[in-house]
Amino acid sequence: MKKRMLSLVLAGVMTAALLTGCGGSAGADAGSTDGAAQESADAAGETADETGAADETAGEDAAAEDGAADAAGDSAGGTFKIGGIGPLTGSNAVYGIAAMNGSQIAVDEINAAGGINGMTVELNFQDDETDSEKSVNAYNALKDWGVQVIDGCVTSACSIAVSAKTAEDNIFQLTPSGSAVDCVANPNSFRVCFSDPNQGAASAQYIGEHGLATKVAVIYDSSDVYSSGIYEKFAAEAESQSFEIVAAGAFTADNKTDFSVQLQQAKDAGADMIFLPIYYNEAALILKQAADMSFDVKFFGCDGLDGILGVKNFDASLTEGVMLLTPFAADATDDLTVKFVTTYQEKFNETPNQFAADGYDAIYTIKAAAEQAGITADMSNEEICTAMQTAMTQITVDGLTGEGITWDASGEPTKEPKAVVIKDGVYTAM
Amino acid sequence: MKVNKSKVSKTTKNDLITYGMVILTYIVVQLLVSTGHVSSLIQGLLVPFCTYVIVAVALNLTVGILGELSLGHAGFMCVGAFASAVFSLAFKEALPGGFRFFLALLIGAASAALVGFLVGIPVLRLRGDYLAIVTLAFGEIIKNIINALYLGVDSNGVHFSMKDALSLHMEEDGLMLIKGAQGVTGTPNDSDFTVGVILILVTLFIVLNFIHSRTGRAVMSIRDNRIAAESVGINVTKYKLIAFTVSASLAGVAGVLYAHNLSTLNALPKNFGYNMSIMILVFVVLGGIGNIRGSIVAAVLLTLLPEVLRGLSDYRMLIYSIVLIVMMIFNWSPNAVFFRKRLQQKLLPGRKAEKEAV
Repeated sequence: MKKRMLSLVLAGVMTAALLTGCGGSAGADAGSTDGAAQESADAAGETADETGAADETAGEDAAAEDGAADAAGDSAGGTFKIGGIGPLTGSNAVYGIAAMNGSQIAVDEINAAGGINGMTVELNFQDDETDSEKSVNAYNALKDWGVQVIDGCVTSACSIAVSAKTAEDNIFQLTPSGSAVDCVANPNSFRVCFSDPNQGAASAQYIGEHGLATKVAVIYDSSDVYSSGIYEKFAAEAESQSFEIVAAGAFTADNKTDFSVQLQQAKDAGADMIFLPIYYNEAALILKQAADMSFDVKFFGCDGLDGILGVKNFDASLTEGVMLLTPFAADATDDLTVKFVTTYQEKFNETPNQFAADGYDAIYTIKAAAEQAGITADMSNEEICTAMQTAMTQITVDGLTGEGITWDASGEPTKEPKAVVIKDGVYTAM
Repeated sequence: MKVNKSKVSKTTKNDLITYGMVILTYIVVQLLVSTGHVSSLIQGLLVPFCTYVIVAVALNLTVGILGELSLGHAGFMCVGAFASAVFSLAFKEALPGGFRFFLALLIGAASAALVGFLVGIPVLRLRGDYLAIVTLAFGEIIKNIINALYLGVDSNGVHFSMKDALSLHMEEDGLMLIKGAQGVTGTPNDSDFTVGVILILVTLFIVLNFIHSRTGRAVMSIRDNRIAAESVGINVTKYKLIAFTVSASLAGVAGVLYAHNLSTLNALPKNFGYNMSIMILVFVVLGGIGNIRGSIVAAVLLTLLPEVLRGLSDYRMLIYSIVLIVMMIFNWSPNAVFFRKRLQQKLLPGRKAEKEAV
C-alpha cells in the first residue's frame, strides 16, 4: 500500500510538473488554448511564428482588456513583450529581484498611462541563477514566449552570453546593470548603467581632482567581474592622478568574511583612504572590522556600496563619512525618485537599491526608443531591432540614474556620475 | 565455452541498445527540429544535455567501475573547458572552424587527462576515501587559480600573471585570453547537437569497451576485492590510474563542449564548483552506479527538469528538490526496489527481474 502511494505521488508530481510547464509556455506563447494552431504557426517558420503569435495575442488581448485600450484592433493596440533575465534565486538574487521589481513598476506605470504607442507592455522576468548557461536557457524560454525586446541580463557574464545569442537572432537587448565592457560589444546591445572601467576611472578622477587622499589602499574581490574590472581601471587611472595606490588587497568569493589581513596591510602602508569597488555586504564587514582595529580611515566606494545602510545587524553609524559614486540615491528629493521610492516601498516593503532604479530606467528607455522608432505590435523582431538600434542614439532619457542620458552606437550611456557622502545616516550630495 | 560465448553476445547486445538509444533520440530530435516542433528552449538545451551526459558517463567510470568517489569532476571539466577555450580564441582566425574544434577537443581531453593523472598518482596509491577528499580540494583550487589567472598574447609573445591585468604590460594590439575572474570572452560557438551526439557515442564506445576489456576486468576486480586482485598479480595503482585518467579526460571533453557552446566562460561556483561536482554525482547515483544507460537518462532528465518547471517561477526549485528526493527513494529504497520488481514481474511475466543487477 505504502509503495503504491509512493509511486502514485511520483507519477502525480511528474505529470503535474510537465503539465504546468507546458501549460505555462503554451498559454504565454499565443494566448490560445488549442495546441494545433500553435503548432501550425511554429511550422510556418520562426518569423511567421513571432508575428502570428503577436497578432493572435493582439486580437485576444484587445478583447480581454477592459476596453481602456482603444478598440481599433490589431494595428493600433496589441502587446509589446519585454523579456527580463536576472538572478531570482541564489546568492545574487537581491540584484535580480530588485531589477525585476523596478522594471515591473515602470511597466505598470506605462500601462496605466496608455502603453507604448498604444500597445500594452507585458514583462516576463526569468531566473538565470547567475549562470551563463541558465541565462541562455532563460533567453530561449523567453523566445518561446514570443519576446520582442530583452531587458537583461542583470549580471555581466550572463549578459555577455545572452548578447551573443540576441545578436544572432537580431533581438534588441538593453541590460540594466551588466557593467562589463563586453556586454555591449554587439551592435544590438545597450546598457543603462556605467561600465566598470568607466566607474573605476571616474572614481580615480574624482578622488584626484578633489584631493580627497594621497595614499589609497584598495580592497577588491578578485573573483568578481565587477570588482576586478573597476579595480583594473582605477589602478590604471591612478597613475596619472595626484594620489598613489599603496596597497591592493584581494579576496575571493570563497573567503569573504575576514578582512583583517587586507586592513592591516592598508594600515601598515599608511593609507588615508580605502577604495572599495565591491558590494555592500562585504563592505559592511570591512567597515566593522576597521572600526574594531581602530583604524581611522576614509572609505570611498562605487555603486555596489549602495544599499549599505540597509544591512541587517550592522551598526549604520559606522558608515558615517563613507563616500560613494552612485547614479542613484534612494534619499534624493527630486519628484521622480520620491515617487519611485514610495511606490516601491508600498509594493515590496523595502527601500529600492540602484538595481531597481536601473531596471526602472531600462523600461523607460525601451519605451522612449520604441516611441522614437515607431514600433508597432506587428513588426518582426528584426525590424524592431534595427529600428530600436537607430532610435537609441537619438533619444534622451531623464531617469532615476541620471538626467539627460544619451547613447551612442557603441551602446554606452553618457551620464554624469554623482558622488554622495553618508551624513547622519543619509546620502548627501558632495 | 558455450556459456562464455552467449555471455559476450549479451553484453554486446546491451551495448548496442545503449548506442541505439542515443542514435534514435538523435534522429527523432533532428526530425522534430527540422519540422519546427521543438521550442527554442529545448533547442538551446540540446548541447548542455550532451555535455552533462558525457560527464555523467565519465564519472560513472570512476564511481561505478573503479569504485572510487570523485568529487572533482567539475574541476576536470573546468580544465578542459579553459584549455580548449584559450586555444580556440588564440587560433580563432588562423584555423578553419571544424579542424580547430577537433584540435580543441584533443587539447581539452589531453589537459584534463594530464591533470587527472597528476592528481591520481599520489592519491590512488592509498586505500580509503582519499580520492574524494583530494578531488574535492582540487576542484576548488582549480576554480580559484583560474579566477586569479591573467593570460594574454601580443607581438612580443605570451604574457602571464597571477596578479592583475596591468602587470601583463600588454601591447595595444594584444589579445587578452584569460582575464582573471572575467574569464574567457569571445570563444567561437563550435558546439552543436550533432557534434555533441558524436562525442557521446565516442564516449560510450570508449567507456563500454573499456569495461569489457582486459583492463576493465582488472579494474573491476580491484573494486570488488583488492586483496584478491593483488594476489593474482594485478598492479592496483596502475589500473586505478588508467581508469581515473580516462574518466578525467572524458570530463575534459565535456568541458570543451561546454566552453564552445557559450561565448563567455567563467569559473564560478555555479558551473565549475563543488555544487556542480555533486550535481554530476547525483546524475550517476540516480541513474544507477555502474549503469551507463541510467547515467544518460538521469543527466538528461535532471537537466531538463528545472527548465521545464520555469512556468512555476518561484516554486520550481522546491519542486525540483522534491522530485530529486522522490526519485532517490524510488530508485534506491529497498521497499521501492522490491515493489518495482514485483510490478515488473506482473507486467512482463516472461522476463526475469534480475536484470536490475549491476
